Amino acid sequence: MAENRHKSLGLSDEQVLDMFRTMLLARRIDERMWLLNRAGKIPFVISCQGQEAAQVGASYALDREKDYALPYYRDMGVVLSFGMTAQDLMLSGFAKAEDPNSGGRQMPGHFGQKKNRIVTGSSPVTTQVPHAVGIALAGKMEKKDFVSLVTFGEGSSNQGDFHEGANFAGVHKLPVIFMVENNKYAISVPVSKQLACEKVSDRAIGYGMPGYTVDGNDPLAVYEAVKAAADRGRNGDGPTLIETVSYRLTPHSSDDDDRTYREREEVDEAKKKDSIVTFANYLREQGILTEEKETEMNDEINKIVNDATDYAENAAYAEAESALSYVYEE
Amino acid sequence: MAVISYIQAVTQALKEEMQRDEKVFVLGEDVGKRGGVFRATDGLYDEFGEDRVLDTPLAESAIAGVGIGAAMYGMRPVAEMQFADFIMPAVNQIISEAAKIRYRSNNDWSAPITIRAPYGGGVHGALYHSQSVEAVFANQPGLKIVMPSTPYDVKGLLKASIRDNDPVLFFEHKRAYRLIKGEVPDEDYTLPIGKADVKREGSDITVITYGLCVHFALQAAEKLAEEGIDAHILDLRTVYPLDKEGIIEAASKTGKVLLVTEDNKEGGIISEVSAIISENCLFDLDAPVKRLAGPDVPSMPYAPTMEKYFMMNPDKVEKAMRDLAEF
Repeated sequence: MAENRHKSLGLSDEQVLDMFRTMLLARRIDERMWLLNRAGKIPFVISCQGQEAAQVGASYALDREKDYALPYYRDMGVVLSFGMTAQDLMLSGFAKAEDPNSGGRQMPGHFGQKKNRIVTGSSPVTTQVPHAVGIALAGKMEKKDFVSLVTFGEGSSNQGDFHEGANFAGVHKLPVIFMVENNKYAISVPVSKQLACEKVSDRAIGYGMPGYTVDGNDPLAVYEAVKAAADRGRNGDGPTLIETVSYRLTPHSSDDDDRTYREREEVDEAKKKDSIVTFANYLREQGILTEEKETEMNDEINKIVNDATDYAENAAYAEAESALSYVYEE
Repeated sequence: MAVISYIQAVTQALKEEMQRDEKVFVLGEDVGKRGGVFRATDGLYDEFGEDRVLDTPLAESAIAGVGIGAAMYGMRPVAEMQFADFIMPAVNQIISEAAKIRYRSNNDWSAPITIRAPYGGGVHGALYHSQSVEAVFANQPGLKIVMPSTPYDVKGLLKASIRDNDPVLFFEHKRAYRLIKGEVPDEDYTLPIGKADVKREGSDITVITYGLCVHFALQAAEKLAEEGIDAHILDLRTVYPLDKEGIIEAASKTGKVLLVTEDNKEGGIISEVSAIISENCLFDLDAPVKRLAGPDVPSMPYAPTMEKYFMMNPDKVEKAMRDLAEF
């Protein structure tokens, strides 16, 4: 039998199984959204596929009762881990009034849900980074011991807001975890044309924080790195930059065609490392994911996704005139 | 009632709000030990310490963005942009984020941040220390833009801005800082954001303006009064959203309207005021609505000849008022 890697991280069999379940749920919701998009039922999809391990591994390393998440548009795994439901996500996909992210105002992938401390985001990339720093600053001022996790792509690590936010957090030693989900592409532009340094994590030293690069297809490696970063933050030792390296398995969005800029062989090769496959294999080898459990899990998730789809499809849109509300406090 | 300067009103408002509410804090460049390059935060560092009077790295987008994050958490940040001209790196945070946070989250989140910035010319500040930037932000629903003219208005409106549950841009005229003095009550008070204020009652012509130009108009009005021209002067105080009722009332009162700003003429605040008047007051007007503004050049030049040519002053306002009265 392969080495048990999760026990030494303090994770029980139930916890790793739950992590896998959340990863699988994210994947299945995402896949359903593509079907709905291609069937003409929802206008837009932007995927988490290929990044579920990083998203779920990181989230499970946090205290999801008090820590803050500032996700970017691919982070379905993060928001599911922080308490958003499949139904919430489908309501967002269909742009229905009950969508807790925005009431149908924003495109899917623009997450936000205050009750779960998922901070509202926009489309201009990386603007959430200074927000994560501000929330951590507020926590420090209020003498709270939460940390904020902010995620973004490797392309976004070129934006001024990343550098300004990281520097601010470094100077003021704030409990922020900057997590770059390096999926190798910023729409069509590969990492080699985004970064002159070898790794995104090389940028950490400029801001007085440690930087680590971990396998983004391995939820346990990500868990370990983020847990250590959260401990550092809570101990008053400041921020950490973590780069999770995986691969974007889908086109950038439902409006993109990745065949115009990357080879199929490259995508096929990446699929061999897909965490949904590799982590399932690990759990099977550990005897945790039995055939019976797997069937049960697949059936359960299938039902959740079906129910969420049906509910969201039949839910009401917001009243047209409600477009006028909440410009200011009412 | 004590007589204080415009900038003392800023400092007092900040100090009293920080005493009143522990969630209020100040962040910006040089606001701490130095007390601000204009000394607007003078004494706050000593009274409240470095955690509530935060010297930030020199990076405007972070000053706004970190403030917005803290505001979303529930704090009451007052961010200072050292000069309004330097707000540009923070525009994405202000327009894409602060202005839209409540709307895009369907009222789930809000960003009650106040962003202060000294604006305006006539101080030998050249292109990048003289600008009026309000027009950049004045078509962004979700924002409020306050531009007070007197110490009384500064103090009451800055307190109101800090207590407001939405983002407010608070532009202070840097030449007014020490030039303008006025009476301010000793007790705590706020003034309503979104309400213009009649600074002089009159019956012949109406001048609608804001900021330092209010004083130019008041000075001109006193001179014209000697000639028998009685000017009505409306101070917008909040330039976004505009006080439409107040504008319509003031324009209709005399039927002759002069709009004054030291900003460029095209596409500015007074253009919108003009549109409001033309939509609502046609049958009350006795003359075309006139705009008096800076020329449409990128910004105010350094050399005194050119600066004076660009800058608004009481003589320019007086001439425009007289011309209108004689129409």
